[in-house]
Amino acid sequence: MSTEETHGNGSASAEVAARVERRWATIAVIIIVMMALLAAFAGIHRATMPQPRVETTDPSRIHLSGEFVESNLGSVLEANGNVTVRAIGQQYSFTPACIVVPVDTPITLRATSADVVHGILIQGTNINTMLVPGYISEQLMRFARTGDYLMPCQEFCSFGHEGMWGKVKVIDKIEFAGRAKGGGRLSCVGQ
Amino acid sequence: MLVNRKLILAHFWLAFAVFGIALTLGAWQMFIRSPIGTWLSNPELYYRSLTAHGTVMGYVFPTLVAMGFGYAISESALEQRLVGVRWAWTGFWLIVIGSVMAVIPVALGRASVLYTFYPPLIGNVFYYLGVVLVVVGSWIWVALMSINLRVWRKAHPGAPVPLAMFANVAGAYLWAWTAVGAALELLLQIIPVAAGLKATIDAGLARVFFSWTLHAIVYFWLMPTYIAYYTIVPRAIGGRVYSDSMARISFILFLVVAMPIGMHHTFADPMVGAGFKFIHSAFTALVALPTLLTVFTICASVEIAARLRGGRGMFGWIRTLPWDNPMMLALAFSFVMLGFGGAGGLINMGYQLDASIHNTQWITGHFHLIFGGAIVIMYFAIAYDLWPHLTGRELIDLRLIRTQLWLWFIGMIVTTFPWHWVGILGMPRRMAYFDFGDPAIAPQALSVTFSAIGGFILLASGILFLVILARGMRAPQAEAGPYRFALAVHQPATVPIALNTHALWVALMIALTLTNYGYPILTLAMTEGTSVPAVYVGAQ
Repeated sequence: MSTEETHGNGSASAEVAARVERRWATIAVIIIVMMALLAAFAGIHRATMPQPRVETTDPSRIHLSGEFVESNLGSVLEANGNVTVRAIGQQYSFTPACIVVPVDTPITLRATSADVVHGILIQGTNINTMLVPGYISEQLMRFARTGDYLMPCQEFCSFGHEGMWGKVKVIDKIEFAGRAKGGGRLSCVGQ
Repeated sequence: MLVNRKLILAHFWLAFAVFGIALTLGAWQMFIRSPIGTWLSNPELYYRSLTAHGTVMGYVFPTLVAMGFGYAISESALEQRLVGVRWAWTGFWLIVIGSVMAVIPVALGRASVLYTFYPPLIGNVFYYLGVVLVVVGSWIWVALMSINLRVWRKAHPGAPVPLAMFANVAGAYLWAWTAVGAALELLLQIIPVAAGLKATIDAGLARVFFSWTLHAIVYFWLMPTYIAYYTIVPRAIGGRVYSDSMARISFILFLVVAMPIGMHHTFADPMVGAGFKFIHSAFTALVALPTLLTVFTICASVEIAARLRGGRGMFGWIRTLPWDNPMMLALAFSFVMLGFGGAGGLINMGYQLDASIHNTQWITGHFHLIFGGAIVIMYFAIAYDLWPHLTGRELIDLRLIRTQLWLWFIGMIVTTFPWHWVGILGMPRRMAYFDFGDPAIAPQALSVTFSAIGGFILLASGILFLVILARGMRAPQAEAGPYRFALAVHQPATVPIALNTHALWVALMIALTLTNYGYPILTLAMTEGTSVPAVYVGAQ
């Protein structure tokens, strides 16, 4: 590459160039700092944080004992009026395949995978989490409207992935409370 | 001074041949999952195709383009014969062997794990070994680029390294370090299980290792494109680079901040804590900086060309740009796609916004717009620009070239915009088919159909591209002269040592990676009981 001498009024034009450039670089830095601050604000103040803690579980034993045994899966009404939903993903379905929850109630979703990596995505909401075998995913949710939502597996989990669709049924609070009276684990499978 | 033309041509031809195959697979995939195609009787074929498409487009194609272009830059920018030609051929053949080795188990349905691997799904061991060979072959190129620059430095003590070579070597170092993440995942985790030495695997840890390679691999794909922005476009349209030092700063920033950001791919994962997710989100924001600087510098460089052609006024100069020049056209298309794709990227990066679109079709739309669109269209431009110098023959049919670029641009928009839309509606990605008969999914049928049409436009453009290159091999002979790179308005006589060497920045890149990945990886590695039984793909 040949080096070339600067043009006639080189230093003056170089100064202009440097000034314009500096201005643009400053704007770019401000944009980026703003974006990071927004994320920090939303994360710390509004507590919208994905998976804040790391919890583990042994997938080869989840069917036998502990939180994710089959009889403990589904929705349960806690003493403080909140609802906890426990679910597992496995090739190629969710258990329970239909989750029933009350409207306008703080809900904690706790889920894990029994085999490979899966994902839970509830369409029309920003509820979206990965299920990684060996780890427990926890996500807070709250539904503003009653109705039915589709819940596909959003992560490739081998050949049957495209058939792995669950459902979420959001029902009236009083109806849910009535069904939850006995303290059992609710689901809408078969309804 | 291009001496090893055969070597460079071999890389480009292999790159574009495998690109053609992967593009055809892509179009087929779009067709059979859309309402206009019939349902597959066996969706497993879809995932074989998807694995081949991703592996070729992600690992083989861009790596070969970067290598071929890198050899061309080394010879023509440094005006020095390539040192280590025999090694370069060894690297090339390793990639050939690796690609064949990987693609056979994929074709047999024994490695449908997609190019992102997804442990504890485990495919045939030869698939992973093939990928390793491709990477090892590319590492030879990394070493050669470093050695060639060193030889040149010895002969030119203190002289400014030509911008193209400075950027090229930065890209090579970025790739060398980026690939370490996937290499660790393959060597420590996946291959022992695939070879039958172990039966369990820590899927969470493996995903963190892979995120080390993602996202920085995208910036490796991007490097040839950015080198073309800075060092080819201004020359091809009769302008000058606005600022040589800003260009160097951009490439250095890519080297430093592109590396420690990959955990934004695990925002929704349970094995990474919120603190590290936030740090990676902030670093991802930072990597927008070199792109913002580049957009400014390149627009200013283009403006210089327009004003030299008599362009006037605040925006009037845009009209005087040489719009019939394929390089100008490719740049404009590339910038538009980079703009849309980049805006989507900022949403993905947003720690909280990501939840709305994580793993939906939106993501597919985003990276096809960036990689398939903004990046690959400049690969075309690089090939068009280099071809006459490699073949000693002129590419005469500029109209055909313009048509090809237009088709690619239109095809990319028609493909990716509907994807973004259905992504917002919550359509998951990597699906072999959708049940469009379901009333809840039926409204998305039209968008998916548009995407499929876009896929065929892209295929047509890709075929046209190969035809133009092949015809260029048989055009009448014409000496194209030495291959030149764009000069800066103020071509530097000296460059500060920090902008002329890579050592400091490579050290910073490694240090930042270790701080951003070291703790999560160590804690995961030391956590007991997170290994899970492997699930073998295709095992009966």
